[in-house]
Amino acid sequence: MAEEITLLESLRRRGVSRRGFLKFCTATASLMALPPALIPRVAAALEQAKRPSVIWLSFQECTGCTESLTRSHAPTVESLIFDHISLDYHHTLQAAAGDAAEHAREEAMKQHHGKYILVVDGSIPLAENGNYSTIAGISNLEMLKECAEGAAAIVSVGTCAAYGGLPMAKPNPTGAVGVSEIIKDKPIVNVPGCPPIPTVITGVLAHFLVFGSLPELDHLGRPKVFFGQNIHDRCYRRPFYERGQFAETFDDEGARKGWCLYKLGCKGPITYNACATNKWNEGTSWPVESGHGCIGCSEPGFWDFGGLYKALSVPTGNIGSTAVAAAALGVAAGAGLAAMNRSKKQAAAKAHETMTVTDLNKET
Amino acid sequence: MSAEALLAWARGPAFEVALVIFIAGMLLRLFEILSLGYKTDLSEARGSGVQGGLRTLFSRSLPRPSILAKEPLRIINSFVMHIGLLAMIFLFGPHVAVFESLLGFGWPNLPSGVIDALSAMTLITLVVALMLRLNNPVLRFLSTPGDYWAWLVTLLPVLTGYLAYNHLLLPYTLMLALHILSVELLLISAPFSKLTHMFSFALSRWYQGYKAGHRGIES
Repeated sequence: MAEEITLLESLRRRGVSRRGFLKFCTATASLMALPPALIPRVAAALEQAKRPSVIWLSFQECTGCTESLTRSHAPTVESLIFDHISLDYHHTLQAAAGDAAEHAREEAMKQHHGKYILVVDGSIPLAENGNYSTIAGISNLEMLKECAEGAAAIVSVGTCAAYGGLPMAKPNPTGAVGVSEIIKDKPIVNVPGCPPIPTVITGVLAHFLVFGSLPELDHLGRPKVFFGQNIHDRCYRRPFYERGQFAETFDDEGARKGWCLYKLGCKGPITYNACATNKWNEGTSWPVESGHGCIGCSEPGFWDFGGLYKALSVPTGNIGSTAVAAAALGVAAGAGLAAMNRSKKQAAAKAHETMTVTDLNKET
Repeated sequence: MSAEALLAWARGPAFEVALVIFIAGMLLRLFEILSLGYKTDLSEARGSGVQGGLRTLFSRSLPRPSILAKEPLRIINSFVMHIGLLAMIFLFGPHVAVFESLLGFGWPNLPSGVIDALSAMTLITLVVALMLRLNNPVLRFLSTPGDYWAWLVTLLPVLTGYLAYNHLLLPYTLMLALHILSVELLLISAPFSKLTHMFSFALSRWYQGYKAGHRGIES
């Protein structure tokens, strides 16, 4: 349960010095792209911030988002933040099980009504009355509605919670949808990604702690500070795109030289995320740097983009056979038309009566 | 419909429909022209019709000095526009990828920056072409809605492609979807508008050249 101590106090108890705390505030401000002048405000806000209660609901998901989060590296922003929130309910991470776990959730909802942050990962199935996924006999839909009611804000972590993700891929048998399709009366921030970058998840929570509000969002409900930049625009391979140098296969000379992966299906041009700037695994690398094109995982419907390895400009259908069928159709119709014209011509020739001088004289 | 869904639709079913109409329609039109047939020429050949046909295919692509001197802007503008269009369509990397997926083979591409410059130039030439048409009383009188339609469906892919590449006006995803849709509009319109000349130019040049060559006329 959330303790009524401040974040500063909590950090102090864990042996974090004042200097360490200010460094953390600077990193947090930098992460949120705030000007340095706001660092004191971040520090002041965090000093006073109480450990917020967080209820984490996992629905139709693969635990990748939690995996991503738990692989955050200490002592960075994300680990500090997550050491100092009160994670009152989380299937994977909590010690409690069964009834005890559900009671913890109910207790947190009651005690922090109107103040807790609801984090959701996984999509919500609507088909068959939501029976495709239940927890303790409660359908995901029911639990979401119940928990959302008393939440201060909802964070949809991962593309599944944000837009439906993999479960929503055609033909979407479970009728999966994202949180914002169901909850309309609460502030919702989408932190998509399959999985999302850990610092992005924690950055959003840090923003909430500092300012008491959600960051500025784009048209897809994503924080602009992290999703305002296009992968393609920030890609270090971009100069090769400009020069028209494309890798044709994953192991050709171009690929080895770091050429653009556009032709191998990179979805960087239509993807907005912080991978190119924040990177993964302690800033070690990111997909494009490790030789694989961006799969566009932070965009709605990315599983139905027509194949991860098809260039964005390339049609997704079975074009070869379509073209052959169209050609056959055109040739047949053209031949039909030609035959019709010919018979018309022949009929006209047959009907034609030759005029003689006598005929002409008759008319005069 | 979201931009992502629109893009998926444009790259999928919409493209297939457009391609079917384009291929079937264009073949229909070409058969229609071919089925008109030659009028049997009973005269004795004074030259090679085939040679004349082949020669004209290329020679008619060059401007006639007399016409060039009379209306240099129109001729040069038209040349730059056609060269720009061809380079853009066939020598831009992402476009080569499309042909590769359709034909099973590809070819080298130009640097994307060069294509970007060419598309800006082509846009200007298209605007100039419209202005020349509107400013000339005779041409304006002769112009039909089909002429303006052909201009529009040629302009739209170039414009949306330019805006998409440079990330202008609308988010890239939506602009890319609009670009592909505008190309599909062009494909659907081509067999039923004067844009048929993208293929029929070869037939008419061959026909004229063949006749001239047969008569021994240097054309």
